[in-house]
Amino acid sequence: MDFFTTLILVLDSTVRLSVPLLLAALAGLYSERSGVFDIGLEGKMLAGAFAAGAAAAVTGSAWAGLGAAVLVSVFLALVHGFASITHRGNQIVSGVAINFIAAGATIILGQAWFRQGGRTPSLPGDARFGALHLPFADTLRDVPFLGPIYAELISGHSLLVYLAFLFVPFTWWVLFRTRFGLRLRAVGENPAAVDTAGISVSWLRYRAVMCTGLLTGLAGTYLSLAQNAGFVKDMTAGRGFIALAALIFAKWRPVPVMFACLLFGFLDAFAIRIQGTPLPLIGQVPVQLMQALPYILTVVLLAGFIGKAIPPRAGGVPYVKER
Amino acid sequence: MAHTAIELNGISKSFGAVHANRNIDLKITAGTIHGIIGENGAGKSTLMSILYGFYQADSGRIQVAGKPASIKTPSAAIALGIGMVHQHFMLVENFTVLENVMLGAEGEALLNTSIAKARDELERLERDYGLEVDPDALIEDLPVGLQQRVEILKALYRGADILILDEPTGVLTPAEADHLFRILRQLKEEGKTVILITHKLREIMAITDNVSVMRQGAMVATRKTAETTVEELAELMVGRHVLLRVEKGEGRAGDVMLSVKNLTVKDSRGVTMVDDVSFDVRAGEIVGIAGVAGNGQSQLLEAITGVRQAVSGTVTLDGTPVELTGEADPVDLRKRGMAHVPEDRHHVGLVLPFEENENAMLGYHWQDKYLKGPLLDIEAIRDDARRKIEKYDIRPADCRLKTANFSGGNQQKIVLAREMEQDPKVLIVGQPTRGVDVGAIEFIHRRLIDMRDQGKAVLLVSVELDEIRSLSDRILVMFAGRVVGERGPEATEGELGLLMAGVEKKEAAE
Repeated sequence: MDFFTTLILVLDSTVRLSVPLLLAALAGLYSERSGVFDIGLEGKMLAGAFAAGAAAAVTGSAWAGLGAAVLVSVFLALVHGFASITHRGNQIVSGVAINFIAAGATIILGQAWFRQGGRTPSLPGDARFGALHLPFADTLRDVPFLGPIYAELISGHSLLVYLAFLFVPFTWWVLFRTRFGLRLRAVGENPAAVDTAGISVSWLRYRAVMCTGLLTGLAGTYLSLAQNAGFVKDMTAGRGFIALAALIFAKWRPVPVMFACLLFGFLDAFAIRIQGTPLPLIGQVPVQLMQALPYILTVVLLAGFIGKAIPPRAGGVPYVKER
Repeated sequence: MAHTAIELNGISKSFGAVHANRNIDLKITAGTIHGIIGENGAGKSTLMSILYGFYQADSGRIQVAGKPASIKTPSAAIALGIGMVHQHFMLVENFTVLENVMLGAEGEALLNTSIAKARDELERLERDYGLEVDPDALIEDLPVGLQQRVEILKALYRGADILILDEPTGVLTPAEADHLFRILRQLKEEGKTVILITHKLREIMAITDNVSVMRQGAMVATRKTAETTVEELAELMVGRHVLLRVEKGEGRAGDVMLSVKNLTVKDSRGVTMVDDVSFDVRAGEIVGIAGVAGNGQSQLLEAITGVRQAVSGTVTLDGTPVELTGEADPVDLRKRGMAHVPEDRHHVGLVLPFEENENAMLGYHWQDKYLKGPLLDIEAIRDDARRKIEKYDIRPADCRLKTANFSGGNQQKIVLAREMEQDPKVLIVGQPTRGVDVGAIEFIHRRLIDMRDQGKAVLLVSVELDEIRSLSDRILVMFAGRVVGERGPEATEGELGLLMAGVEKKEAAE
């Protein structure tokens, strides 16, 4: 296999692997821009993945799975909102609690309902989001250079992949070109300014966490209905935290979030690709080291290569009027 | 016949056991500037927050323009034409002026068209009222005077006819304050009603038509400003006769006790805050450092007391140098006779959840008189605290009470008692009367003069120009990190004000 083909394949899996990160990171962006830190992206994604897998298995419809995933993760997002907005609780504690609840509940309910060791039944093709073939993908495949890029890299992904990437410009537009976005950014910086301007801080933050719920639901659906054929326990495997890292790395801006997620996706794809292949000069690299690479990079990047990442000023602080 | 803009009847509001407002009646005539004066904690801000819908009154009625009004949220107040400029600005720092003005009054859901409309409207308001600000400037890049202007524009943009300003001059130079007053007079000419909350008598006399005085949550009097005097208002505020100016004799300056040479200090961002500053403080004199907040006074104090690292320069205390690496041993400095009343008593001067007697000796707890072997001598500590309570008239006179439960003035007295009773050679005092009521201010000023007369060297840093002028034997003015001038106590407010604003004498004369 020549270098070009290998590159296309690695990039192709980069796209696939970065989608759940991208959806989760954009989810976190809405919440954190409004001043509500959300360490529970992981848990909401996991619960969404389970709900999607379970609903799709029962109904045989991928769309029913998607709907169930969104409902469940919006519900969890509202629980986080109730704890941290209405009751002004500690946002980190609430997020961690949601992660624990999701990790435990998905296994217990999975075992109780399907008796497959915490899995949901393996899904047939039409209960999943299959690959979409863009027009002329096959006819153009043989065109040199551009053909494989179009046919392999751009065409042939599930609907959710295209949706995830469309959410990047959409999120930018919402944030910087709509009234909702202006208020969202303002409430994350100085909620008192929003309050005295006659806008409800709570309702604004609730809407933001609902956006977070919607997007983590999509991320979970992608994991169990597009990347895999059903739910497997702990299938998020820390992606919610990597998404959080990408969000910080990108300084809470939508387009850099996309590039950060693609970078982490690429490292993942690269690690899978070179497993068992000796590298020039270095020789055989242990699989574990390659798998750890994205995490090592996260630490290195966050430790100082990106400059100072300043979070929204009111982030993590419940809003209380004076006194 | 002028009609009534706002009428309040029987407004009461409690926070827990504290009665912030008791049965308040107030009538404000449209088209006037109405001052509300009172000490800190008299309930002025609470009353205005109720009018702006930020808090809800427990009882009472509000009428706006003669009609009963129910103001449950700020948006209800805005709809009634009430605007408020808060003491701490309600601005989003990393937004532009235009975005801040629009926020909450954007019109449509999409910004494309509404932003253009808002820009036109904002520019019109800026022209009409002479309130020029660049609509595209970021708030964090603007000086406080302009930030305040944005707050006023915000209110006008929302169509405010009644404008409430809460302690608007606290952050301004005298020149900026004068400019603000010109703006307020112009707003009045345009038919707007202005409510000015302040604790500065001078401002009330300078600009208001009517004045209402609050004391301990109650409205004690309303007067026409032209028919009252500063003395009467001060007495109404405090409830007894007060001396507004401290009486003091000539100072007798002795040897140099504190000497600062070529001191340069940077803040945590690396910005030079103190730039090549030199001065001496002699025994038996008070040297006052005047300046608008944020011109390096805080960093100067921190460097001298060894809290913050200096970049270069020397500080000498009674002939021996002070460690300037930011790791000076505070115990050592105290043993050598430097006492320090920090600017921020809540975070630096006191541990608020501690009992009064603990704070009354904290920092001197290593002294033998507080110790019994390796343990603290609790009885000795409490006796010592009781003695200070009596001498400094700290109320309530309970040394077991949590420090957080004392009023601002009494908390400050706890700090002053602790530092002054150590019989220091040099006393360094930052903002001694910030957030302190008029009665306690008089006492604190008296004590500072006593320290001077006992031959202590006193370095006083304050943003209150009146305080600097009435206490100091020599006045240094800081602007942008430099000492831009030295004057005697006879210097006029205008002269010092120009120095504080960084205006050179020559320019000012032109």
